[in-house]
Amino acid sequence: MTADVKKEDLRPDHKAIGEMVEEGASVLDLGCGSGELLYYLSGYKGVRASGIEISEEAIYKCVEKGLSVSHGDIDTGLTEYPDGMFDYVIFNQTMQQVHRPKEAILEALRIGRKVIIGFPNFCHINSRLQLFFGGHVPITHSLPYTWYATPNLHFLSVRDFIKFCQETGITIEKKKFLNDSGEVKFWPNLLALNAIFQISKI
Amino acid sequence: MVNKENAAPQDTPACVETKYFRLPDQVSFSLESGAKLKGLTIAYEAYGKLSPAKDNAVLICHALSGDAHVAGYHPGDKKPGWWDDMVGPGKAFDTDRYFVICSNVIGGCKGSSGPNSVNPGTGKPYALSFPIVSIHDMASAQKVLVEHFGIKRLLAVCGGSMGGMQALEWAVSYPEMVASCVAIGTSYKHSAQQIAFDEVGRQAIMADPAWNGGDYYDKEHPSAGLAVARMIGHITYMSNESMEKKFGRALKKQELGYEFSTEFEVEGYLRYRGDNFVKRFDANSYLYITKAMDYFDLQKEGKLMSAFKGVSSRFLVIAFSSDWLYPPSQSKEIVKALKMNGIDVTYCEISSEYGHDAFLLEFREETKLIKHFLDNTFKRMVRK
Repeated sequence: MTADVKKEDLRPDHKAIGEMVEEGASVLDLGCGSGELLYYLSGYKGVRASGIEISEEAIYKCVEKGLSVSHGDIDTGLTEYPDGMFDYVIFNQTMQQVHRPKEAILEALRIGRKVIIGFPNFCHINSRLQLFFGGHVPITHSLPYTWYATPNLHFLSVRDFIKFCQETGITIEKKKFLNDSGEVKFWPNLLALNAIFQISKI
Repeated sequence: MVNKENAAPQDTPACVETKYFRLPDQVSFSLESGAKLKGLTIAYEAYGKLSPAKDNAVLICHALSGDAHVAGYHPGDKKPGWWDDMVGPGKAFDTDRYFVICSNVIGGCKGSSGPNSVNPGTGKPYALSFPIVSIHDMASAQKVLVEHFGIKRLLAVCGGSMGGMQALEWAVSYPEMVASCVAIGTSYKHSAQQIAFDEVGRQAIMADPAWNGGDYYDKEHPSAGLAVARMIGHITYMSNESMEKKFGRALKKQELGYEFSTEFEVEGYLRYRGDNFVKRFDANSYLYITKAMDYFDLQKEGKLMSAFKGVSSRFLVIAFSSDWLYPPSQSKEIVKALKMNGIDVTYCEISSEYGHDAFLLEFREETKLIKHFLDNTFKRMVRK
C-alpha cells in the first residue's frame, strides 16, 4: 500500500501516534473511523493494520483504503481477540466515548502489548475559565460539542488519567501533549488540549 | 438500474453459455458419505480471461436455487444471470481483470450431476438412488473443475447463503488453494430453526402423491409440493418489514370475497413464486440440496475456533441487518472464530430491510466492499 498522505497535512495527533508506533508492528485501532490513522500507519510505518468501527459508511471507506476492519462496538468487540494479539491497540479520541472505559482499557491491554490512548483534556485552561467565569459546560477545540450533542460520555484530565494508571497498576511508557500551536512541554494539565499516552501492564 | 427488458447492455458479458466438464466414466468421485459417483458432470460458466500466471481466478458459489449462469445473457433470454449486477466488466467481480467461474452444485438440477441425471449404469435418471451430497462434496466437485483449468490458487471463493457455506468450506478444506474468502449472509452451521424450515419444505414435496418416492421423471412431477416448499422458502427470504411494505394487507380484488381463494396480494405473490419455481427446478434436487445444508457444520468437536486452525485466507464476511434466516449473529460468530485464530478478516453488517434476499439486492453496498477487497487481495497475492 502506498500512502498518499503528505506528512505535513497530517493531523498532529496522528503524527504523534505515528512517532510512538514501531515499524512493521501489528496495530488495532478502536473506533478507526474512515481509517485515516491506519492508512497513514500502514503507509509510513508498514504496520499490519486492523480496526473496529461502528459506522457502516466508515467501513466502506476503510475497505476502499485496503484496510481490514470489523463492524462493531468497542464495548463488546474486544473479547473477540486472543491475548497479546497486537503490538499496539489504539484508542484515539474514542476511549471517552465507550460505556465502560476501565474495562475497555484493561481489555485493550490484554489483547495488545502496548496501548496508545489519545483523549481531550477537560482541564485545559480554556475549559476552566469557561466553567468558572462563563458558568457553562466548556466548549474547546478538543471538546467542540454542546452538552446535548456530544459523543463523549466521560470527561477526564491529564491528571485524572495519570492517577487512574497509578491506581490500576498500569505503566506509562510515553506521553505527548498537544495544543493548537504544537507540543506542550510545561503544565500539560493546564495547557494541553489533547493528551496521548502509551501504556502497558508491566 | 440497468433495464433488463432490453437486449444485453454494454457492461455485461454479452452472450454466455453454460459448458460441461465431465470426468471419464471409469473415474469415480468420492463423496463425504463414502459413496462413489461415476461420470461426474459439472455445468459451469466462465467469464473474463485467465491470466498466464493463473492468479486471477475467482470462484462464485450459488445458493439453493441458483445455477452456473451467474451473469450475462443466454441467447434469446430477456433476463441475465442471477448475480449480473455484481459480475461483469467494471463491476464488483470485474471480468476485465478477473477470470470468474461459477458452477452448478453437485446434487443440483441445472446440468451438474444430480438426481435428475441419467445413471450410466441403468440408463435411467438416478432419482433417490443418487447418493446424498454435502456442502463439502459441492466444494470438492468444484475443486475438480478448478484443477481442470490448472489453477493452483484461487484469488477468491465467494458466495451468499448456501454459496457462503461452500466458500467457508473451501477455505477450511483447501486452505492452500484459497487466497481469500467472501462469505455473505451465511452461517457456519445450520441451526435447529434452519433445519426446521428445510424439513417443512421437504415434507411438502414428499407429501405430494406425484412425488412417488422420488420416481416421477417419466410422469407428472410433484409440482404442488415443490411450489409449497418454495413458498415457505420465500417467506424466510423476506423480512416482516419488506413484506409489509410490498404487500401490507392489500387485496387482489376490491373487497373480501368470504371464500378460500387467493385474496391477499401476498398470497398471490407466493403462489406466483411457487408456480414459477416448479418450471425451473427439480423436486428431488430440492430434497438433496436442503439436506446438504442441514448437514453443514464447520465446527470440530463442537468448536468453531478449531475449524479455522491452519486457514490462511483473508476473509470478508457480510451480513444484513434484517436477515433472520441467516442472522448477523451467526456471521459474527464466524468473525470471532477467525479473529481468535489471528486470521485477517473484514466484517460489515449492511443495513437493509430486504431480509435474506438482501444478498441479491443490495449490490451497491456489496460492490463497495467486494470490489476493493478483491483488488487489495490481488495486489497482495501478486506482490508475493
